[in-house]
Amino acid sequence: MPLALEATDLACIRGGRLVFSGVSFRVEGGQVLAVTGANGSGKSSLLRLIAGLLRPSGGSFRVQGGTEDDGAIHYLGHADALKPALTLRETLRFWSKVYRQQGRVALDPDFDEAAEKVGLIHALDLTVGVLSAGQRRRAGFARLLLSPRPLWLLDEPTSSLDRDGEALLGSLMRGHLSGGGMVVAATHQDLPIEAHATIHLGEEP
Amino acid sequence: MFLGVTGQTLRLGVRAGGSAIVGLIFFLAVVTVIPFGVGPDLKLLARIGPAVLWIAALLASLLGLERLFGADREDGTLDLVIVSGEPLVLYALGRAAGHWIATGLPIVIAAPVLGLLLDLKPRAMGAVALTLFVGSPALTLIGSVGAALTAGLPRGGLLSAVLVLPLTVPVLIFGVLATYGAISEPEPFLSPLLLLCSLALGSLALAPVAAAVALKLSLE
Repeated sequence: MPLALEATDLACIRGGRLVFSGVSFRVEGGQVLAVTGANGSGKSSLLRLIAGLLRPSGGSFRVQGGTEDDGAIHYLGHADALKPALTLRETLRFWSKVYRQQGRVALDPDFDEAAEKVGLIHALDLTVGVLSAGQRRRAGFARLLLSPRPLWLLDEPTSSLDRDGEALLGSLMRGHLSGGGMVVAATHQDLPIEAHATIHLGEEP
Repeated sequence: MFLGVTGQTLRLGVRAGGSAIVGLIFFLAVVTVIPFGVGPDLKLLARIGPAVLWIAALLASLLGLERLFGADREDGTLDLVIVSGEPLVLYALGRAAGHWIATGLPIVIAAPVLGLLLDLKPRAMGAVALTLFVGSPALTLIGSVGAALTAGLPRGGLLSAVLVLPLTVPVLIFGVLATYGAISEPEPFLSPLLLLCSLALGSLALAPVAAAVALKLSLE
């Protein structure tokens, strides 16, 4: 079955307030969906909803395709889930254990390669607490690379990245898409690569 | 998943600012202060000694639990664990297990040594170590439910302790009862110890499930 994420008529109520309703879209393998909107328009809520962290107040969505056993989703949110006392290598090892590939022999994941790709090879044995905001973002990208999953949900992926970092994100996303992956990115800036579709939350500008 | 989480908790516990050393020092502090408060009555100290060690261990295990899930909820770790699709129960169990190894086990080992301060006889030291070894996992597991319930609150630690304390009373009662049973002849030893075991096993079966449900709810 071809890979696709399909949402129909999604609605979200938070704190008694209707954040958005009637959101429908379809993303297929190899495509990027950009979610735009003002602050508070529900970009992050939409992503958390697809990630399964919030329950939709209305409507439904499903991820088609992918392998049965593995989870389908990677989520990169505002909180970077880094423990200051652990080194980057320990952090990546932990996440590759949690996001293990079921039904496969657990190969020793190549942390050096992942860190190399995101430009953190020199920081692999530093504690995460000393990393800068941009480096913490990159550490998040390394986590996405270590366990391949078809759908990436990126919440403001370009925040605190420098120009190189944005180019890096672009190339990572292209690599993910060429492997048939999907990306849903919430952003208020331009994404480093062009989105195939855009949905705008909140009032029309 | 389980081993990964356990290992990470353990590592975080022993790193600088971790809960392991703080819990142990708190335990030491409480136990050392008691003889000063009670006075130099060795008989009295020896009689209340096992109970003192048990109460100190109970307080120390509740103290360290404050941040067990709260930190994960704030820094996004909990989000990612849920997104991974792995069972949340294993994560809750892993955190509790890692926390017990990092803070509970050192207390079990330190308790007989501190028994010297309370003029405990070797037999009593052994009894305290044995009952704490069986009972402290139950304390950690029950406490983990409280920590999960209060994970979303800014000052959840105290509330969690207040919530959990009544639930840990049975563990305390049977733990101390078994200890006295081992020391003084007419009192029963085996039956309170078995009840303590059953409490530990019961909380092992129920607490991670309850903690997982509470964590899921705390995100809504």
